Amino acid sequence: MEQFTLSYKTSPRLQEGHPPQLCGVVASGNLEVLVEPLDSADLCLIEVNTSAPGFRLIWEAVLSDFVERNRVAGVRISINDAGATPAVVGLRLDQALDAYRSAV
Amino acid sequence: MNQPSENPIIWDTQMRNCAGRLDRGAAFAHGREVSTDDITKLLEAVIEPGDRVCIEGNNQKQADFLSRSLLKTDPSRVRDLHLLQSVLALPEHLDIIERGQVSRIDFSFSGQQAGRLAALVEQGRITIGAIHTYLELFSRYFIDLTPKVALIAAQAADREGNLYTGPNTEDTPAIVEATAFKNGIVIAQVNEVVDKLPRVDIPADWVSYFVKAPTPHYIEPLFTRDPSHITEIQILMAMIAIKGLYAEYGITRLNHGIGFDTAAIELLLPTYAAELGLKGKICTHWALNPHPTLIPAIEAGFVQSVHSFGSEVGMERYISARPDIFFVGRDGTMRSNRAFSQAAGHYACDLFIGSTLQIDMEGNSSTATKGRIAGFGGAPNMGSDARGRRHASPAWLRAGREALRNGTMPRGRKLVAQIVETNREQMQPAFVERLDAWDLAESAGMELPPVMIYGDDITHIITEEGISNLLLCESAEEREQAIRGVAGYTAAGMARDRRMVENLRDRGIVRYPEDLGISKRHATRDLLAARNIKELVHASGGLYTPPRQFRNW
Repeated sequence: MEQFTLSYKTSPRLQEGHPPQLCGVVASGNLEVLVEPLDSADLCLIEVNTSAPGFRLIWEAVLSDFVERNRVAGVRISINDAGATPAVVGLRLDQALDAYRSAV
Repeated sequence: MNQPSENPIIWDTQMRNCAGRLDRGAAFAHGREVSTDDITKLLEAVIEPGDRVCIEGNNQKQADFLSRSLLKTDPSRVRDLHLLQSVLALPEHLDIIERGQVSRIDFSFSGQQAGRLAALVEQGRITIGAIHTYLELFSRYFIDLTPKVALIAAQAADREGNLYTGPNTEDTPAIVEATAFKNGIVIAQVNEVVDKLPRVDIPADWVSYFVKAPTPHYIEPLFTRDPSHITEIQILMAMIAIKGLYAEYGITRLNHGIGFDTAAIELLLPTYAAELGLKGKICTHWALNPHPTLIPAIEAGFVQSVHSFGSEVGMERYISARPDIFFVGRDGTMRSNRAFSQAAGHYACDLFIGSTLQIDMEGNSSTATKGRIAGFGGAPNMGSDARGRRHASPAWLRAGREALRNGTMPRGRKLVAQIVETNREQMQPAFVERLDAWDLAESAGMELPPVMIYGDDITHIITEEGISNLLLCESAEEREQAIRGVAGYTAAGMARDRRMVENLRDRGIVRYPEDLGISKRHATRDLLAARNIKELVHASGGLYTPPRQFRNW
């Protein structure tokens, strides 16, 4: 088990006030992603709980690419990971953010 | 000049030798028929030390009874054999080596026996002549590796010795033709002896002996992929393949490798590809085993023709009911032929796409790992540019235009794609700086690292990150960055030059899902035309009968 929180300073969000969205499941090789609004409009906070220790550098690379790719701001993201590959993590994050942004 | 020599050359030594073997064998046969109990004695009578022996070991159908019988022969009589066969599939194939009856082996693929074979080589108990592709080994049967004795498998024989090989004809015609017409002995094991065959696949005249096996020959269901195991990542890669490659080039004639990545593409044809309006524009003509995962595409009218290397267990009734699609005899069963289908895949298909285990930064790909000598099978023939091809097609011409660097002579080019998830299970990277094949070559004393597809034959690499078009790269440096640019979060991928990759992306050489207008949100299992084996059965109208191990209802 490993746990850490990363904080990204980004340009302020445009949309706000979406209801929280949960995507994925905690199953072997998979992960659960919760996206919620955050008070600071120019911040993205990501908390990672993973069953596979020792991959922090790869997590940082995956998450900073995700934030940059999607210009993510004004959200808090919580991840419960059960050993997903970076590919699955990236896909699930994109899906969760997509669902969050299209939720009314 | 033209003086008669005192010792005239004898031109039929091999024929005389063959006649001698048949004389010795006659004691254990009634005509061509050998009783099950006499087969070991027959083998001892007709096989001579040092013989080149082909035990029919196909990708699927196995001459398993004859293999077991060979194991019962007297090692002082049946020895020093040179085995030549496409696949080392059965434990018995390795047992005969362990018994010390084999000194040399030439083969194509060893699959499950890869670990044991590597150990025998390292112990110096066997010498490997070479590891071939299927077509390459069949070709050598007709040049310098002609079998003296072929032990083959057929579904049925009639009293004369005509053989019916049925849907799994596979390698049999190539083996028998080479052996029978070069003074060799052909021995067939059959599941049954009947008065009248449904059709004749091998004429009796080419068969020396046949024996009824106590149990039907083993057939491996090698091409069945249960859709319930297909992941969202594989679905995303399939979307990238369909939109970024198939639609882009208008690929109608193709071959798919074995694996879940390409099974996902097959299952997305009636859904995703149909939504893109691609029905009739892609994937109409195939060199392919009868993959159960192709059933929904066939039923949706995507597919016009499929020629097969072998059959697939459980697909027989479905194939027989779709003679417009498959190559079916007048008796109503399919005829496969590995040699012809391999040639067809090489010369008449515009695309090969398959998975691999490792890709290096030159684009060389390999499935070799240390301690396993697995061989090649057919992928290198499918997955290489056919330099002898002369007929044009739009996909081939476009790839040729993209590849053109020097000179002005237009020429086409085969599309060869590798589709691979950047990390396999346990975070094993698919992209590496150095292939394990180098270590294997060293430990097994091979002259060359066993490379499945060479970098200069690969045109596209597809991962969950995107698709790289290596044809458009202007330099070796650009190629390397185009590979790193889709290598994800492997060490090789993270070592990319981000500015160069962005430049390649601007030029359409590297394309990510968003560049292709693919929404990752849609990459869900809902896109699969069948989500499990049961739905495949349903799609076939109940004609597909999956083997027991794939039934869970």
